[in-house]
Formats: sequence, structure tokens, C-alpha cells
Amino acid sequence: MTDVGRMQAAPSAPAVTRPQIQVVPLRGLPIVAAVVVFVIAAIAGNWLWALTFCHVVGGGLWTAIDLFVGLIVGPILGRLSIPARAEFTARFMPKMVLLMPTLVLMTLAAGFQLALREGNLDAASPNHAWLVASFIVVGVMAVIALGVLEPANIAVLFEMRKARPDGTIIAKLMRRFVYTAGITGLMQVATLIIMTRVATQ
Amino acid sequence: MSGELAAATGAPAAARRFPPVAELGIGSLALVVIGGILMASYVPRRPPLGVPLLLAAVSAALLLAGVFLLSRLDQFAWPRFFVVFRWALLAYAISAGMIGFAFIRDHTRGAPLALVTVMLVIFALDVPLIIAFTVARYSSPPHSAD
Repeated sequence: MTDVGRMQAAPSAPAVTRPQIQVVPLRGLPIVAAVVVFVIAAIAGNWLWALTFCHVVGGGLWTAIDLFVGLIVGPILGRLSIPARAEFTARFMPKMVLLMPTLVLMTLAAGFQLALREGNLDAASPNHAWLVASFIVVGVMAVIALGVLEPANIAVLFEMRKARPDGTIIAKLMRRFVYTAGITGLMQVATLIIMTRVATQ
Repeated sequence: MSGELAAATGAPAAARRFPPVAELGIGSLALVVIGGILMASYVPRRPPLGVPLLLAAVSAALLLAGVFLLSRLDQFAWPRFFVVFRWALLAYAISAGMIGFAFIRDHTRGAPLALVTVMLVIFALDVPLIIAFTVARYSSPPHSAD
């Protein structure tokens, strides 16, 4: 993971043929729109199956991707050569720009409604304290993801679109991305513990 | 270090110093998230509003401080800032709208709804501000050699 810093010593990324970078993959937008409409319909109809589907599928993917990226992909990425890292980043990051906010929105919106529907938010519920704990974990992750990780992700993509990307900037932002992805990955372990407790109370 | 860009502008983009706009935005975001958690933890009861109101006020002050510092920047990639800000604002306005919809759907009304709305507006401004600032600070201002 710390090897990301090695990029600092390198000159600007080599002027080899680089993939065209689309910061937001436009082809994915209809899918995002469909997911958002589905979640709104599930909340509006207070539809148990749809709320459970959105929460379980969204949460499962969010947790798994966070753990995989933070603990597996991130350290590998830090040890790749600079051209390999640049090419991987150019193809990987745009997908994350659309995927992660959609999964987070799907999971949290459906989860909150589900908890309310099932009475788990009532102060008398044995799950109330666990849910408040999950709010806190998600809150910390949200601040890290929205305040640090996502801006770094998007800034890397803009830097890589330049004719001559600055290796120092990319290294600095990628280091930020890799560390914060690791932290949110570890925090997902707490989410797994809390959610399995809630499901078995 | 950064090749032609650094040589052409005299100051590498990574080395330029900026006021703590992103840090203020993150602080503001953290406060509305805490306020949101406090309010959500009381649902479906009516939450006490004192602490969330205070958090929202401090959060708004931090956001305004960030905007003020940002507005004083001369050498800044404003076109890029506004492009990113506009699209991020659209995305996070949709997110905030969905959260607001969930509160309305669950019969949150009156002062708590007003406070949640204020917090969501701050949230929907904070995130685009942080993203756009982070992108623009590493971009060269117009009329530079980048």
C-alpha cells in the first residue's frame, strides 16, 4: 500500500497511448436511474420484498466491494508499475464513480425504511441500539467516502485526462484513495457484525 | 517533477497552496451527518431539536466560510470548478431529495422536517463543493500553459 508513494519520484506519466477516460460512464446512467426509481417505488409503496432486496443486494455489494478494494485491490495497485497502475485506474475509477454512490443510496434509503417498517427503530426494540451504532459507522464512512475518497477518485480521473498527467498529483491522490478505501473496508467489518446481530436478535 | 506543466507555470500544481476549503467542507459535512444521525435515531418519535439545530448552524457557518475563502481565490481553475460542481450538485441533489422523500413519507412534519431540509441542503452543497474544489485545485487556471 505504501508503495503508492513511489510514484512521486517518477516523472510525469509516460506519453504512451492511454485509454480515453470518461469521468462518468454515460452508458451506466440509465441503470442508475432505474435503480433510483426502483428504490423510490419501494419506499413509496413500503414494499417489504423490494425494500429487503434493495437493502440486502445493495449492502452486500457495497460491503464486499469496499472490503475487496480496500484490502485486496488497493495493496496490489500500490505495487504495480506506474503505467499498469495508470491503465488500471483509468478503467476502474469511472466505474466506481457511478457504482458506489448508487449502492450506498440503495442500501441506506431502503434500509432506513425497512427498519422503520419492521419497528426496529422504536426505542423499545432490542435492535434500536444496534441500528444507532450502524448509523454511526455509516456516518463515519460517509464522511470519509464523500469528503476524501470520492473527490480524490474524480480528481485522479481529471488529472489523467490531461495530455501530460502530473505523476506527483496522481500519486498523492491515489495514496489518499487507497488509504481511505482501506479504512472504509475495515469499517465494513463493523457493519457486518452489527447487521448480523440485528438479523438474529 | 511534473514535466512541462511545472516548468511552464513556474509552480507545480501539487505545490500550490490553497485555503482550507475542502477541510471546512468536510467539517461541515461531518456536523450535518452527526445531526442527521441524532434526528434519525429518534424516528418515529419527534426528536429534540436543540443539538441538531446547533450542529446545522455551525455546519452552515463552516460551509459559508469555505465559500468565502474560495471566492477570494484569484488564480483558480474556475471553469473546471463550475463544470464539476454543477454535475455533482445534480447527483447529490437527487440523493438529498431521496432522503428528504423518505422523511416526508414517514410523516416527519413541521420544525423537524424544516431542519432535516436545511441539513440536506447543506449536504447537497458540501459534497459538490469538496469534489469540485479538489478537482480544480490540481487544474491549471485559464490562460496558463496547461
